[in-house]
Amino acid sequence: MIINHPILGPRDAQEFTYLGDASLLNRPDWQAEDAAEKFHDYTYLRDNPAGDHRELWYHEQGDRSWLVVTRNTLTHEISKVELASDVARAMGNSK
Amino acid sequence: MRFSGFKVIKEALTGHKGWGPQWRDPEPKPHYDIIIIGGGGHGLATAYYLAKEFGQKNIAVIEKGWIGGGNVGRNTTIIRSNYLLDGNEPFYEFSLKLWEKLEQDFNYNAMVSQRGILNLVHTDGQRDAFIRRGNAMILNGADAEYMTADQLRAELPFLNFDNARFPIKGGLAQRRGGTVRHDAVAWGYARGADQRGVDIIQNCEVTGFRIKGGKCLGVETSRGFIGANKIGTAVAGSSGRLMAKADMRLPIESHVLQAFVSEGLKPVIPGVITFGAGHFYVSQSDKGGLVFGGDLDGYNTYAQRGNLPVVEDVCESGMAIMPMIGRTRLLRMWGGVMDMSMDGSPFIDKTHIDGLYFNGGWCYGGFKATPASGYCFAHLLAKDEPHETATEYRLDRFQRGHMIDEKGMGAQPNLH
Repeated sequence: MIINHPILGPRDAQEFTYLGDASLLNRPDWQAEDAAEKFHDYTYLRDNPAGDHRELWYHEQGDRSWLVVTRNTLTHEISKVELASDVARAMGNSK
Repeated sequence: MRFSGFKVIKEALTGHKGWGPQWRDPEPKPHYDIIIIGGGGHGLATAYYLAKEFGQKNIAVIEKGWIGGGNVGRNTTIIRSNYLLDGNEPFYEFSLKLWEKLEQDFNYNAMVSQRGILNLVHTDGQRDAFIRRGNAMILNGADAEYMTADQLRAELPFLNFDNARFPIKGGLAQRRGGTVRHDAVAWGYARGADQRGVDIIQNCEVTGFRIKGGKCLGVETSRGFIGANKIGTAVAGSSGRLMAKADMRLPIESHVLQAFVSEGLKPVIPGVITFGAGHFYVSQSDKGGLVFGGDLDGYNTYAQRGNLPVVEDVCESGMAIMPMIGRTRLLRMWGGVMDMSMDGSPFIDKTHIDGLYFNGGWCYGGFKATPASGYCFAHLLAKDEPHETATEYRLDRFQRGHMIDEKGMGAQPNLH
């Protein structure tokens, strides 16, 4: 697979390590009443879709950036690559 | 029809005209006591044991494609019970004991071959960990034997003992481990279940569950609605997709694992051998092909094919322990989709929906578990309580802090 890095251009997926579903960017509020349950769901449960999947890849052998890659889990086709920092900022998660 | 040596000779002398179909092709009835979704090894074994051991009647197995066409037909056929943790070892040892009697039990030649499995050791720390695991196996009634490098040199002289980076220091052997003819397992269970009245319904895809007031009443399928008192799902690899139809999210990701078969060779590898410093395992099939594999590709996928970096990694690992295979040509390779769970261990449990039971999360160890998985799932479906060897395989174990993480990897499915 080739991942089209937003800054570095097309890079071999072998340069990256894979973390998982990009919903991991949405860390629950640790002070909420139901924080234990929310963190269980956050840490252990997955949508695991057959089709488009937004996921976190880390460019370990490159610029050490985290990417949010939208990839089809049935065809391995990559339709979108964003910097995770941009995605987090757009969600209001980044300072 | 019972298979026997006498029957084979009789048919050979009379032109093989007396062999009939091994199972029926029935139309689905409107209602069953128990429906098993998934006509793979685990689903067929569940139906078989429900009918044979738990006295259940009026059972159906429904399968999207043809039986045995999923992971039971795509694995590397290894059986073993070399686990460490209390939640796992009794279950896998129960499975190995069922394997040992399986062919007599279901009167079908599954070519169960206890040729042994050997996990190689490359460091002092690994030696200590493997000896500890061997002791845990023995405590649970399994067999385990630590072998020194000298013993291994006598038995397996072709190994690369003096590799500068990963010298072979010894190994943990389980002589009762081995290989089985995987397709025959599905066929044997299907035939045995069918003989006991189980309806095996192929080409019947589940499109949804009918759930009312927290109770599952049946399944919507491509061949219409089929009602049931209890429904068990055994579709590992596709569990995420199926259970989403019941609005369930699971502690599972689907990943692809690749496997490889070489051209046929004369007998060179006596049992199953695994590399301890990377991820590589190999055995030799009765046809002579080297059957081997290694790591997951590592990303979520439902595609039954992987990518080249893992092919390279697997072949490098193979060359590191047995350079003699370097000139062997690869005949074929393929990928199978795994339910990778958050702690690397499976689930056999009720769901929060009344009448809906779940079997899945087998990671890449599902084949060896087939008999015990079927037996324990049948036990749960028939008696509504878990079998004594499968009490830890609960869906809520992460909430309770009782995960079964053999290698202590944490909630990272692609590392298990």
